[in-house]
Amino acid sequence: MALSAYLPGPLNFRPACDCEIMDYSILIQIIVVGVATGGVYGLIALGFVLIYKATSFLNLAMGEFMTLGAFICFTALTVLHVPFYIAFFITIVFAVILGIVIEPLILRPMIGEPIISVIMVTIGLGAILRGLMYMIWDPTYRTFPPIFPPKPLNLGFAVIPSGLLWGFIFALITTIVFIVIFKFSRTGVAMRATANDQQAALSMGVSVRGVFALSWSFGAVAAVIGGIVIGNMSGIDIYMGDIGLAALSVIILGGLDSIGGAILGGFIVGILQNLAGLYIDPLIGGGAKEVAPFFIILLIIMIRPYGLFGKVTIERV
Amino acid sequence: MRCGDFKENYIDDEAIFPSRFTRFWLALFLIFLIAFPFMANPHLLYIANMIGFAVIGAVGLNLLTGFTGQISLGHAAFIGVGAYTSAILVTRYGISFWLSIPLSGLVSALAGMVIGIPSLRVKGLYLCIATLAAQFIFGFTFVHWESMTKGITGIHIPPPAVGGFRFDTEKSFYWITLLFVILGVGYARNLVRSKMGRAFVAIRDRDLAAEIMGINLFRYKLSAFAISSFYAGVAGALWVSFLKVVTPEHFPFILCIQYLAMVIVGGLGSVIGSIFGAVFMTLIPEILNVLSDMVKSHAPGMGKLIIPFKSVVFGSMIVGFLIFEPRGLAEIWNRVKKFFTLWPFSY
Repeated sequence: MALSAYLPGPLNFRPACDCEIMDYSILIQIIVVGVATGGVYGLIALGFVLIYKATSFLNLAMGEFMTLGAFICFTALTVLHVPFYIAFFITIVFAVILGIVIEPLILRPMIGEPIISVIMVTIGLGAILRGLMYMIWDPTYRTFPPIFPPKPLNLGFAVIPSGLLWGFIFALITTIVFIVIFKFSRTGVAMRATANDQQAALSMGVSVRGVFALSWSFGAVAAVIGGIVIGNMSGIDIYMGDIGLAALSVIILGGLDSIGGAILGGFIVGILQNLAGLYIDPLIGGGAKEVAPFFIILLIIMIRPYGLFGKVTIERV
Repeated sequence: MRCGDFKENYIDDEAIFPSRFTRFWLALFLIFLIAFPFMANPHLLYIANMIGFAVIGAVGLNLLTGFTGQISLGHAAFIGVGAYTSAILVTRYGISFWLSIPLSGLVSALAGMVIGIPSLRVKGLYLCIATLAAQFIFGFTFVHWESMTKGITGIHIPPPAVGGFRFDTEKSFYWITLLFVILGVGYARNLVRSKMGRAFVAIRDRDLAAEIMGINLFRYKLSAFAISSFYAGVAGALWVSFLKVVTPEHFPFILCIQYLAMVIVGGLGSVIGSIFGAVFMTLIPEILNVLSDMVKSHAPGMGKLIIPFKSVVFGSMIVGFLIFEPRGLAEIWNRVKKFFTLWPFSY
């Protein structure tokens, strides 16, 4: 109620009316939720970027990695009955192993192959993982056991649902951890060197193979954390990985090889998507939220194909 | 004695049917195709029709991805555009099926050209993601443009007819499919040896170099998208006329991947490869179905594993071919042919 009083412009001249106030508080609520969603998007986008930066592979099986992470954590919680932090740890270890195993098996033979092969091999990998998950766990929808306190956070001007809040916190912590590793650890330096120039890194004694495998592990870790967070918010089934494709809009917006771009892009896409849900849904009868990221992709590619912070490559014959 | 197959001039080299031997076997194969509906049961004919639609779509995608090197993750969208155009023209405007097929191809080609515009600026991964976005936007449109597409309830389509004869069985529709497959494959085979086909290959190998040699990238890239989408549109229109119904669920993202898989398994940049790929990738699930029926009678619990197992086989097929046989079935076919032409001195 108090909100409209502080706002300048013609709003103040209108008779005080509940609907007007409602509009603004809904808008702010939507933006806050958008920022929180954006954090989760940024996390998945980070998985794409970590892999792309070191290996120039776009991993379209990211969604399946996410789903797998959510299912592993879910199984650890409900079948083994371990506390959440142990289940979380198991999932992370699993992701690291997944990255280290599939990189030499499936992805290394693709180095130097045309882009279509590189993309299709990750799609094929996704199909295999999806089939295996279907076999092990049923395709039925299930809800996550409660792992976070269910109380939503009331900021005064907006309310954040508990799942989203904890998802945002997780995403933030993971992102910071990755940035610290990237910036300050030896491994991180090796990864950055490989991303910059593989030959030079190789001659300086960096194990480029090791870095490749590790990048896939890091990407998988980001994906599984994203999977746990999203699974916790909206339940899990084997099709939840489709959100991975929507997260592509984040990296296109931020630039395929920019970590900062992934995070900022995540926020922008999160907000835009929720705004689309608010303003465009009534016009077209729903579904705007799902399709908004893809409109963003097309728009960015037409206007600024290398994204906000992506490296612009100049091609010479 | 001449060992092997020597070409002495360019006309020989570029011939579609290079030797008497090929012509003989091709004629025999054509006779088989014509005799097939008189021997097969409806289920086999159903599969044959499906293979036909897949061949048309895969040849189109191969022209774009295999020959021009522009990766499209949006082929299902163009198939959908063609399918909906045909369905709407036939049911709403009463246009005959025969006219609706080329029209749906044209509308689809137009959509393809619009989606192809980013290809002028970006390539590789970025183009791939742009076409993927287009796929989802078209999918969304099919669901939500209810005044035209009737949303998720879909449109029912009357079977095509000539005079009083209705093509409403697997057997009768087979003739339509066969006609369009022959037209489509024949056109593609001729296209790739024309100036345009060579321009496509030059663009695939290095687009900047091609541009410097005088190939108009704008024109040829958009042509590739248009032709490929035309094929997709025709395939889609035929497919839904055969099914007699069209809903948005017919064109999921996985359909794009299936078509790409056909092209890769068959062999990128090979018309005959796309045919092999389409046949192969359509038959594999059918074979798995037969196997699962056999297993089901022994172990009833195994039946529900067949759907995920198909997915695993599908993925392994893509990964396996990419790693072990990147040039696909067409290359295997070539090796087998070479073995026999050079036999017994195959070294």
